[in-house]
Amino acid sequence: MPLQELTPVATPYFFYGLSAVAVLSAIGVIMRRNPVHSAISLIFTLLSLAGLYLMLYAPFVAGVQIILYVGGIVVLFLFVIMLINIERMQREYQFNKQWLVGLLAAAVLGVLFVAVYVKGQAIFPQHAVRFPEQLNTQQVGKMLYVDYLLPFEIASLLLLVAIVGAVVMAKKRI
Amino acid sequence: MEITTLHYLVVAAALFIIGTIGVLTRRNVVIILMSIELILNAVNLNLVAFSRLYGLQGQVFSIFVITDAAAEAAVGLGILIAFFRNKETVNADEIDLLKF
Repeated sequence: MPLQELTPVATPYFFYGLSAVAVLSAIGVIMRRNPVHSAISLIFTLLSLAGLYLMLYAPFVAGVQIILYVGGIVVLFLFVIMLINIERMQREYQFNKQWLVGLLAAAVLGVLFVAVYVKGQAIFPQHAVRFPEQLNTQQVGKMLYVDYLLPFEIASLLLLVAIVGAVVMAKKRI
Repeated sequence: MEITTLHYLVVAAALFIIGTIGVLTRRNVVIILMSIELILNAVNLNLVAFSRLYGLQGQVFSIFVITDAAAEAAVGLGILIAFFRNKETVNADEIDLLKF
């Protein structure tokens, strides 16, 4: 079966819509008083980022993003929020006294990013490498199991250590 | 109008800055961990955006980043539960058990 090149439609509308949802929900994550609302906003950010990955011809990463982040990590967050007492937390101050440091760090980072982007745009390749996206999962899998086999195994070891560590941390008496 | 790599990088930078502000200014440790997830996602978006220009290595690395984010969230929330059992609070500025 020949692999035909898929041409995306209405790319700017999807890009700006998904980016607006991502950034606004990210602001919602750090501004909401209720942690459950923050977790819901985080879900919207992650889903719109998955849409952006699809626009970047990375369907495997988009699927992993939805399954692992939205289905795993955010559910873990919600589970822990249910274990801790959020009624008392909502009546307390939500921000510490470091907003000046935060704004300063954000401004410095913003200036750094702008400088890097303005200076670095000249060294980007002008034309994107075209991958047929029907083969994306196959190629990523081949790369994971052939070129990056040792990092893959180290990642599995890291996950094992994280499981044991989380159980040890959360257990009442060891 | 063509959407270039620079557009994606700007979105990623905005997410990174929002995450940094969240880490530095919030008191609730759960929200701080969520902000760290935002930062990791910004890095992932950078990696995938550059992988369109340079090859598939960026996508593979972003999968490793997602794995590390899962491990970090599990261990961080475990520490949070242990801390909440000791002090009945999850505020970052009240974590002072090692101070005397």
